[in-house]
Amino acid sequence: MSYMDKSITEIHELLKSKKVTSDELVKEALEKTHEIQDKCNAFVTILDDAKGSEVTDNLLSGIPYGVKDNYSTKGILSTGSSNTLKDYVPFFDATVVEKLNAAGAVKVNKTALDEFGMGGTGTTCHTGAVRNPWDLKRMCAGSSAGSSAAVAAGVYPYALGSDTGDSIRKPAAYCGIVGYKPTYGMISRYGLFPYASSLDHCGVLTRSVLDAAIVTDVIKGKDKNDMTTWDSSKINLEKACTGKVKGKKLCYIKEITDKNRYKNASKELLEHLDNFQKTLDKARELGMIVDEVSVDEKLLRAEPSVYNIISYAEATSNLSNLTGIIFGPRGDGDNYIEMMKDHRTKGFSPLIKRRFVIGSYVLQKENQERYFKNAQRVRRLLVDRWKEIFKDYDAVILPVSQGPAKLLDAPKEELDENTTILEEHLQIGNFGGFPSITIPNGFINNLPVGVNITGNCYDDENVINIAYALESSMDYKNQIVKEVK
Amino acid sequence: MGKYIAKIGLEMHCEVSETNTKAFSAAKNSYSEIPNTNVRPVDMAFPGTLPVVNKEAVRMALMASMILNCKQPEYMYFERKNYYYPDLPKGFQITQETKPIPVGIYGEVEYECDGELKKVRVNNLHLEEDAASLDHFYDTSNIDYNRAGVPLLELVTEPDFHNANEAVAFLEHMRSVYQYAGISEADSKKGQIRCDVNVSIMEEGLDESDPKNWGTKVEIKNVNSFGGVRDTINYEIERQIELKETGEYEQMEQQTRRWDEESGTTIYMRSKVDAIDYKYFVEPNIPKFKITKEWLKEIKASIPELAMDRKKKYIDKFGLSAYDASVLVKEKNISDYYEECVKLGIDAKVAANWVSVNIVGELNKEDITIKDFYITPAMLKQITDALSSGLLSSKQAKEVFAKAVEEQKEPKNFISKENAQISDESELTKIIVEILDNSATQIEQYKGGRDNIFDYFVGQVMKNTRGKANPVMTKEILHKELDKR
Repeated sequence: MSYMDKSITEIHELLKSKKVTSDELVKEALEKTHEIQDKCNAFVTILDDAKGSEVTDNLLSGIPYGVKDNYSTKGILSTGSSNTLKDYVPFFDATVVEKLNAAGAVKVNKTALDEFGMGGTGTTCHTGAVRNPWDLKRMCAGSSAGSSAAVAAGVYPYALGSDTGDSIRKPAAYCGIVGYKPTYGMISRYGLFPYASSLDHCGVLTRSVLDAAIVTDVIKGKDKNDMTTWDSSKINLEKACTGKVKGKKLCYIKEITDKNRYKNASKELLEHLDNFQKTLDKARELGMIVDEVSVDEKLLRAEPSVYNIISYAEATSNLSNLTGIIFGPRGDGDNYIEMMKDHRTKGFSPLIKRRFVIGSYVLQKENQERYFKNAQRVRRLLVDRWKEIFKDYDAVILPVSQGPAKLLDAPKEELDENTTILEEHLQIGNFGGFPSITIPNGFINNLPVGVNITGNCYDDENVINIAYALESSMDYKNQIVKEVK
Repeated sequence: MGKYIAKIGLEMHCEVSETNTKAFSAAKNSYSEIPNTNVRPVDMAFPGTLPVVNKEAVRMALMASMILNCKQPEYMYFERKNYYYPDLPKGFQITQETKPIPVGIYGEVEYECDGELKKVRVNNLHLEEDAASLDHFYDTSNIDYNRAGVPLLELVTEPDFHNANEAVAFLEHMRSVYQYAGISEADSKKGQIRCDVNVSIMEEGLDESDPKNWGTKVEIKNVNSFGGVRDTINYEIERQIELKETGEYEQMEQQTRRWDEESGTTIYMRSKVDAIDYKYFVEPNIPKFKITKEWLKEIKASIPELAMDRKKKYIDKFGLSAYDASVLVKEKNISDYYEECVKLGIDAKVAANWVSVNIVGELNKEDITIKDFYITPAMLKQITDALSSGLLSSKQAKEVFAKAVEEQKEPKNFISKENAQISDESELTKIIVEILDNSATQIEQYKGGRDNIFDYFVGQVMKNTRGKANPVMTKEILHKELDKR
């Protein structure tokens, strides 16, 4: 009998009725952790001495979960999947972890990520690439790769993720699960290792929308340690899952979803776009109105560069604290500059270094106006355009990526301007701080694919409920990988 | 100087010492001799920590901005100044640049220099965080993070000073402003005031309002005492004139130098060309916040009386001389003490005399501050009351004051009727003459050679005064009066 493949409410009832104990759940989660570690390489740290906790009325009490390794966990190695912090044991918990501790949740592992959340493949972790449990030859996408793999494989019902571009919502699609990042500032970032502060969001990976709502209700809230948080005490996401969506208005963007725009489209991509249309039909069947809207192509095409410029710039500054002087392995050198250089040269992967160089370049006095400031202007234009859409629509619905998970050893694909925006449009959700959720909407070649729903800031209840209704109209709720191979 | 006019500008950094906590951290803002005791995780830039603005520091900064007659911003922003140095754990300093505008821009201040009122224009005032302090030893350096994150106000003047006297007078004025406004102790011994000085020279007769005529700006960094500022300016003016005289001035590039206290010279650091690019950008973790008109009004109304106001009051209302008034307002704590005396009902002139002469003299002699001085205003009043009621002569009052200080006992112990001595010459003479007038027989015996009769007279005086007569004076006067007969 396994329990970790069930939903949070089911497990809670089993705990309450004493059909299973928290200790038994922890034991199962740890066993599965080891199994998945062997197959997927999803974890940085496995907390083998984790113990069950008291079962209370809190739905999360006694239930195991996973923490992405870019969250600060007191007394537990927290690496950000980087060599620069490979031995770093924090002395304080992230606010989110503190809240889960208080709820009686039991963390059983720290999950691998693309180093400091940078990268969308799950392959740049200092512990090596994370493999997709649906097909071990494939990637999970990233950066919340380990969390996604573990939830999909049934290690536990939920894991913490973080999302700067699409780091929760894309791996969720590749792993056939739910990935949700609420409105910016709804969940405190205190204790989350930063990548790009104005884009970073905390969030969750689960196997159902209701579970995402339940976990988010526990971890959200105003935090005196994070000035960007706001009071969401009136928002109850669990209660918002009513399934009543008749008359809700959705729209999709023509320039992203029109098959005719992809001249050299692969069979997979065409199938993915067809499948997306089928999901729209489901939405219509639920009584929602679904329209096509058009967005200036020039604006859309600028989007990926805007993301790169802003996120790299903020990253180069945010990660300047990694010098190996106060924490992290001390570098060699005759003076502090050489010591810092040595620490950073050895510690960071080439991908991050490239981003630092670009980030530094776009912030330079002579370049700032042309790159960084312009990127901020275009970010504003995109956000304004989306806000305009939200005047007429409850949410924007779009397919995630170009189809299912990519092969780990596939040659680096060449994206043209159209596929790039299909691949990167989720970043607009970070530009605006919009609530955004990915749910599974089918299979292509026996691999899961996902669809994303993004709404206006502070409208999380609406977004969650639309996702909940749509999820209920399809067959992928609570799905897990039957056999990892 | 003759042919040349010096143009001098100051950047004055003053720590805000009167807030409870640091600028963006909950750590205690307090000077401590024990290193690394006032530190929170954010002060050492542990991964995941976030800045939280100290509203009290902003309030004080806005108050300073008003006192400097600057314009206050509508919205408050903070920015990152990015550079690597061991005293800067985050790899950037949270500060304010001139765009968006800081706590204050374009002000004007009146200050007194050698009895004359002068004006200086303020370019801007901004609030930032201090760096850690470094102690360098032979082959190691120690870092103390107590100072990291302490709020710091940086005031930038236009180059309106023409000599060291003006610059130092302005600094003294500002120190007094910060003390009187309750913003800072402004103690350079504690490293709370640090200055950068810029100096250039121009030929006399040229239009001073045109910046093109100002000459080549030389900035001298890290001058940490007012004496140092004076020496730096004088040295630099002389150095630059010499370059003019030898014809080398035109080749001198805009540069940064540092003041070397040991040699009493300025030393070349770098040219303008090598200036560091700090890659400023708006701090994303601190949302911009509106400074309401109501709040500004509230702050304005709470500006305490400053030194110049008090001085005027002392002259106009209390009738003190300009000199005495200046002495009393020089240190806020002394002025506060004086005001307390007046409040308690001591005559303003009498109090002024006691404070500026006796008390300041005592403080200087013992090298203590008035806060550590034993005699409180209430105790001083015991003395001045006894003086005005005739219980004490002025000489006795001084003696009582000295005794109280010496024995750390309240003055009233020494001025009760029972134990106060009569040391007033005329009073004693009166008593003695009366006794002698009624002692014709004894005088005759005394004159006849019975010396021990003298003791009889002393006894009579003591009997008459119930033992309060000053014995030494009594004997002196007796001899004098007996000789007359």
